[in-house]
Order: sequence, then structure tokens, then C-alpha cells
Amino acid sequence: MSNQEHTTAVNDQIKVLTAKDLASDQDVRWCPGCGDYSMLSQLQRALPEVGVRKEDIAVVAGIGCSSRFPYYMDTFGLHGIHGRALAIASGLKTAHPNLSVWVSTGDGDCLSIGGNHFIHALRRNVDINVMMFNNQIYALTKGQYSPTSVHGQKTKTSPTGVIDHPFNPALIALGAEGTFVARSMDRDPKHLKEMMIAMHTHHGTAFIDILQNCVIFNDGAFDLYTNKDTRDDNVVYLEHGKPLVFGKERDKGLRLDGFHTQVVSLKDYSENDLIIHNSKSKELAFILAHMNDQPGFPLPVGIFLDIERVTYEDELAQHIAQAREKQGVGTIESLLYAGQTWEIVHDNDGTDA
Amino acid sequence: MATTVETADGRKTKSVDYVEVDAVTIRFAGDSGDGMQLTGTQFTTTTAQLGNDLSTFPDYPSEIRAPSGTLYGVSGFQIRFSSKPIYTPGDRFDTLIAMNPAALKVNLKQLHEGGNIIVNVDSFDAKNLKLAKYDTNPLEDESLGAYKVFPVRITSLTNKALEDTGLSPKEMARSKNFFALGLLYWMYNRPMDSTLEWIKVKFGKAPKVALANELALKAGYSFGNMTEVFSVQYNVRPAALPAGTYRNVTGNEATALGMVAATIKSGLPGFLGSYPITPATEILQELAKRKNFGFKTFQAEDEIAGVCTAIGASFGGSLSFTTTSGPGMALKTEAIGLALMVELPLVVIDVQRGGPSTGLPTKPEQSDLFQAVLGRNGEAPVPVIAASSPANCFFAAFEASRLALKYMTPVVLLTDGFLANGSEPWLLPKDEDLPDISVPFASDPENYQPYARNEHLSRPWAVPGMAGFEHRIGGLEKQHITGAVSHDPMNHQFMVEMRAKKVAGIANDIPAQTVFGHEDADLVILGWGGTYGDIRTAVERMQAKGHSVAHVHVKYLNPFPKNLGDVLSRFKKILLPEMNLGQLAFLLRAHYHFDPISMPKVQGRPFTPMEIEEKAIEILNTL
Repeated sequence: MSNQEHTTAVNDQIKVLTAKDLASDQDVRWCPGCGDYSMLSQLQRALPEVGVRKEDIAVVAGIGCSSRFPYYMDTFGLHGIHGRALAIASGLKTAHPNLSVWVSTGDGDCLSIGGNHFIHALRRNVDINVMMFNNQIYALTKGQYSPTSVHGQKTKTSPTGVIDHPFNPALIALGAEGTFVARSMDRDPKHLKEMMIAMHTHHGTAFIDILQNCVIFNDGAFDLYTNKDTRDDNVVYLEHGKPLVFGKERDKGLRLDGFHTQVVSLKDYSENDLIIHNSKSKELAFILAHMNDQPGFPLPVGIFLDIERVTYEDELAQHIAQAREKQGVGTIESLLYAGQTWEIVHDNDGTDA
Repeated sequence: MATTVETADGRKTKSVDYVEVDAVTIRFAGDSGDGMQLTGTQFTTTTAQLGNDLSTFPDYPSEIRAPSGTLYGVSGFQIRFSSKPIYTPGDRFDTLIAMNPAALKVNLKQLHEGGNIIVNVDSFDAKNLKLAKYDTNPLEDESLGAYKVFPVRITSLTNKALEDTGLSPKEMARSKNFFALGLLYWMYNRPMDSTLEWIKVKFGKAPKVALANELALKAGYSFGNMTEVFSVQYNVRPAALPAGTYRNVTGNEATALGMVAATIKSGLPGFLGSYPITPATEILQELAKRKNFGFKTFQAEDEIAGVCTAIGASFGGSLSFTTTSGPGMALKTEAIGLALMVELPLVVIDVQRGGPSTGLPTKPEQSDLFQAVLGRNGEAPVPVIAASSPANCFFAAFEASRLALKYMTPVVLLTDGFLANGSEPWLLPKDEDLPDISVPFASDPENYQPYARNEHLSRPWAVPGMAGFEHRIGGLEKQHITGAVSHDPMNHQFMVEMRAKKVAGIANDIPAQTVFGHEDADLVILGWGGTYGDIRTAVERMQAKGHSVAHVHVKYLNPFPKNLGDVLSRFKKILLPEMNLGQLAFLLRAHYHFDPISMPKVQGRPFTPMEIEEKAIEILNTL
């Protein structure tokens, strides 16, 4: 059953579910001001809107600040071990395909210790929703650099500055052939909720890189993108079918020059000259995901890519159905009394028959 | 008894002696590309259908196609079959089929004096002799004087038989293993029907290959029948076996079947998360082809994902498994601790191989016992059981599943490469012989407490999709009853002890330890796992000679059967052969203060009954 069908089937009951129903009785123990609160409250708001039964929601996590998330949702939850949330979630969804499975993970949990599970979940396209809280730091271990920490960042394990080159999460997700790749920010709750709804609607692995401020160990890392004074000039929102316009005065746009993006002034160009965002284009998704690696370009936020590909669990279910049609539903008899069997009729006394 | 038959040219007659024997051991050996495993398997099926008891042991290199002609590229398949019950593939063989000089060199030392050697003389050229490190051709010097040597031009005779098929000489040569098989069928008086039928089915889509194999098989048989040099035919009568339907199974097949049977008898969907690793891979393969049982197989990206997907599936209400061998077991360690902490059912199957590290991937060992019993961070007890024979793997996998479900715990099942690849005839159980192992899910949402406990100290299982049972579990310490995260010092002590008590309590739910032989014999030979057959054979031989010796074989390694201490205390001496440096001996000393005489063997091959018997007699002589 696709998510849409599921939504229709249970719509009546969903109307009564509220954000409050999804809050567990546990005290939330993130630091005051932590960006993670935003993700929690937006998921609690988004799920009642998409129409899913509370008992059909499962939240799976690994280890890290992000990964305490399941304890705060009054749904089914499994707090696993470091890096393995996607593997656990893949098994859960494969075994039990009609669940709405959410993963909360961090930049360390997902991209470092869990990197292998991340790329393989994406290529398999198991229908799980992966929220990566990206604060560019190891926070629960108190301030070491992570695989998304920026070059030169000073942390407890890089007092002279990080020399690792950082991962670009969206590019990895695209490279691993993820079918839904998006970015959002803790400080833009409205957008975040929209993205969560889109993730739920997408049938296949949905990945979102959520820029999240760590008030203790990496405060202000994303100020440029979240501060009122600077954000409009430094963030471009990707909306399918719409031109890529940004700037405080909505006076700047992005156009393509061959494979390259250019920032242009709308005084010189019309909106028709700009890139019209197409979240079905893998090629454009790569170009846009690369864009802010270069100075002077805005950070794209929104859905890079949202395409359909058969999910792992659906195809497995098909294979099982086909096998059953061909061979019949297996029984103990058909399991054991198969292949080359032979009978010994009497208790054999050891002489020739 | 002798009879005369016509020779090939129809002019002369030859005399054939029929010799009745109780048991025969044959070793097929050749290059890893020579098809020796296939030849051995066909001989096995035919022999099983004749009603002999049998035991097989494939012995192959870890390279898929090692450079041909080399000593390390030799692939072997051993079968012992008998008119009496047997438990092992045999110490030494009566007949060796050597497809090249390397196969002769590697296997000769295990051939009985006076045994038969059938060699493919076509392959004894200068190049192959050099590769096998022979200075002179052993067929032309005195070195094989103690054996009956049958030099047969297997390659050229095969090519001659196939000359009208239109195949190239290279293609024809591929059928030479069937020629050898045909010859052995004649020698041991076995019909060709089963193999002919198999060829038809297997090569149905390649009629030329099917014809070639059929002609080669028949040519080999006729060669035995018509040629003067082969003057003895051996006969092995059917064994005294209970009535019923039989099937020949390897340990890995039986394990896979036991897993599926457990899902049927528990009423739960099955899930296997696994990563290919020698010698466990066949379990994943066997299950992948049985999709009509609804059993889901997930070939994971690594060993950790194998166990973690299984934990996820278990959280979702499946009976879940992960299969591996030693190195993979090491990688799964942390996740097994998680399964133990969240108290979800999970069966972890470790098909042990030679270690440490990559070790001897294709050779058996029993050196993961410590890893299974002790190898996790924290106080992390899990039940551990071990299979004792290829067919027993079925029951062991079924039993591991029963315990995992009933006690909401990961359970480790230890088999090994010897059991996994070895085979034996199996009297198939019927549906009604297998117990119902279903467990109830939680039923009262109002009062649901994830870490409340029943009389077995198991917590109630509630899975996503069950309205009103929403709850969170995880690797952090749990508050007793509520399951909330807790760092309370006394609660931690309580929970650590609770988990230990739960696993220890399984001792009340497993069969008492049995003894084969007198309960107060002078000497007991104690074993566990895949050494069963070798120990039993040694003990039977010794008992027949009047020695005061018994056999105790432990199937439950954690917890031990309640009476194990009592049982062992009645013997004067305990001899404990293990394919490690004494791991069970170590655990027994810790539990009972016994001091077993440890007999370690880590040579990548099983014990032989002979060496166990020799050691046992040496001990008996000191009493």
C-alpha cells in the first residue's frame, strides 16, 4: 500500500490525532535553545496532518543528541547503537512494510560511523524517512569535529583547525542514487514541516539534511542562513516549477551557463532566463547541490530531487507473491519432503531388499 | 564369489570377484575445477538411495579456481558408507581417485595400506608432476608399492567416448569426472539411474552437455565392467535404519530448513539479515530460494547491517536471524548486546571456521565458544547451543528459535564448517513431530509495561501496528517494569542481575544431560558440537573391546544442563577433545571445579576416532 492509499484509508481516525498526542511523557533533555526542539515539534505537527495512525509510526535512532528523539515521541521507538539506525530501520520496514518509519540521526551518526548503511539504504530505496540533524560537530561527546565540520573549524580535536575536507550530504545522497533529497533548517519551522510532509508522501528513502544549531559547541554555525539580516541574500528556496529567485528585494536569480550556475541581477535578466527548478531532474539536482561549495552563491534549501523508483520492500513482496503463485504457499511438508528423498519401508534389518 | 563377463572386444572373458564389506571410505580428489564436489555429491545421493548409512566431508581450498595442478588447488570429497550406523566420514580411505599428481600427493598419506588408487594417467605429464613437486613419476617408481594402483587414461577415454558429439576436446574433457563416477559406480555396485535422471534435469537446457555427461558416465561404467584390470566389485548392504522418508542434507541446508520450520511453527514471518561469509553463505542462499515460505532474506551491506536489520525486523514482529562465521560474529558483537538489552528475540548462527582473524576460512574449528558465551561488552549473557551433526542442525536451529521467542533474547547457535558442508541421511520429521513454538503478544494496552516480566522473566512483546502499545526501547539501561531510561544505581544492579537470572533460568527448560554408556564408567569422553561423530565412533569401538568408557555430548553451552555437574562427577576421568585450545574445559573449570583432560586440535580438520581412542586408552592405562 502506498502512503497515499494508507492516508485515505485511515483518514477518519487521523482527524483526532494532534501534536500533543505524539508527545511522550518523558522530559525532553536537550540543552535549552537546541535546534533539535524544532524538529521534534514539527514532526509532531506534520504527522497528524499527513494522516497516519499513531500505532503505525516507528521512530528509529542511533547514538548522539539527535538520536534521543524516539524517547520524546509517543509512538513506537527504537534507540539503537551508534551509526546503525538506517540498518535497523531498513529491517523494520522490510519486515513490516505498512509502517511509517522515521529515522533521526546526526552528521556523525549518519555520515561517519553509519556511512555505509546510509549509502546502501539510499540505493535500495527502502521507504524510510531519514532526518539528519547536521550541526557540524560531535555534541554528545562534547565538541569534536564531525564529517561535515568546515575546513579550518577549531574543535577540541582540531585545536589548530580541521584539515579534513567536509562531506556535502546532499551530494552523497544524490551519488548513492537517493530518490528524495532535501535540505532545511531548524530555524525555518514552516519549511521544515512542509519538507516532513513531502518526505512522508514520497514512496522510497527520503533524506533531508537539516542544518541545526548546537548552542553549546558550535553556536552560530548557520547564522548566515538563519539570521534575519543575512538569510534572504544567502538562501535560495527550491520550489518545483518555479524560477530560482532570492535576495532581500527578490532581485537576484540563478541562471545556467552550460553546466555552471551564475548569480544574476533581475535588472539585467527576466525570470524567464532563470533556472526553473525541476525536482525530477537528477542532473539539475547535482548542479544545485554543488552550487554553494563556491563563494558568492546562495545555499539551496528545499527539495533537490523527488523521483519514483520501486522500493526494496515492494519488490521483495512481489517476488514472494510470485513464488507463492508458482510453487504454492510453503508448508512443513513441502519444505522437508523435497528434492531427492527415498523411503525405507520396513525397519531395515540390514539385508538386501 | 567369482563370475565371468565378456571383455570389451567380446572375445575374452574376465573373472570378477564380489567382495562383501561393511563399510567403505572413498576420496575423490582433483583440481578445484575438476568437478570433484559434484562427483562426490552424486555418488552420495545414489548411495543414500540404496539405504546405506553414510557421512560425507568435502574439503576444498578457499580459492575458487586455484592455479591448476598445484598442491594448494586440490579439492576433495570424502564419503564413508556402511551397512551399519556410522557417524563420521572416516579416518582413512579405502579408495582414492586422483585426477592429477597433486591430488595423489596431498591425499596419499590418508589412504589405507593396500588401498586402491585410481589415477587419471593422462594428467601425469612433466608439467603436472613438477607442479605437484614430484621429482620422478610416482606411477613409474616404487613409491606406490604398498597400494593397488589402477592407472586409467580417463581424459582420453572420455574424449573417445564423446568423439561423435561434435564437442571440442576441451569441452569433452569437462565430462571426465562423470567417467570417473561411472567407474566407481561399477566398482561399488551402484546403479546409474539417479545420476542419469539428475543429468537430464540439470542440463535440460544444454542437451549437448547432458549427452556428453551421460556418455562419459556410461563409458566409465563399461570400462570397469569390461576391462581386465578391474577384477573386484565391492558390495555394501543397506544399513539397519528405521522406516520413513529420508533425505540427504548438509548442515547448512538443515540449518536453513530448521529456520523456516521455526517460522511456520511460531506463526511468525521469518527474516534473515546476512552478509556472505564462508562457510555460512549457503544458509542465506538456501533461504533466498524459498520465497514461497514468505521468509524474507536481506543481503546486507556488511555484517553489522546483517544483524541490525534482523533486530529491526524483530522489533517489527518477525522471527529474525543473522548468519555468519567468526570474523562476522566479532563485528556483530555490539548489536547482539543491543538485542539483549532491548530483549527482542534473535537467533545468531555462527558457522565456525579456523581463526583468529581471517584464519582458515574453509576449514572447521570450534574456537568461537568464548566469543559466543563471553564476547560482549558489559554483563551480557546469552543462551548458546551447538549442533552435533549435519541433520542435527535442523533441530538446533529450531530449538534456538524456541528459546529466543520464549525468553525474548538473542540466542547463539554454533555449528562449524565440518557440519555445514558435511552431509548425512536424515529421517525426515513430520509436521506433527515439531512442537508449536508460538508465543503470545501483549494483550492489555491499558496496563502495558514494556519491562514487566512473566514467570520465565521474559518481557511482553508488543510490535508496531498494535494500537495502545506505543513504547520506546533502546540500548540505554531500562527502569524495571516501565522500561524508561534509568541511570539509577540500584536499578542497574537489579537489571544486570535480572538479565543473568533470566538466561540462567533456561536450565529449567532444557533436557537433562544424557550419557552414552555406563554412568560410572572409568572414563568419559566429553564433547560438544561437531566432534560428536568422531567421539561416538571412538567410544563405540572401545566399548566393543570392553573398555569402561562413556560419551557425554553437551548441546547446551549456556546455561549448562542442570545435572551436568552431577553427571560428570561420577566418572574417574574426563577427556575433552575440542577443536580449540580448551575453551569448554576452561568454562567447566570455572563452573564446576573439574579438571578435564583437555585434548586440543586446531589443524583445520576434524578429530579422527583413532586419535581419540589412542588418547583414551593412554588415560585408561594410568588408572
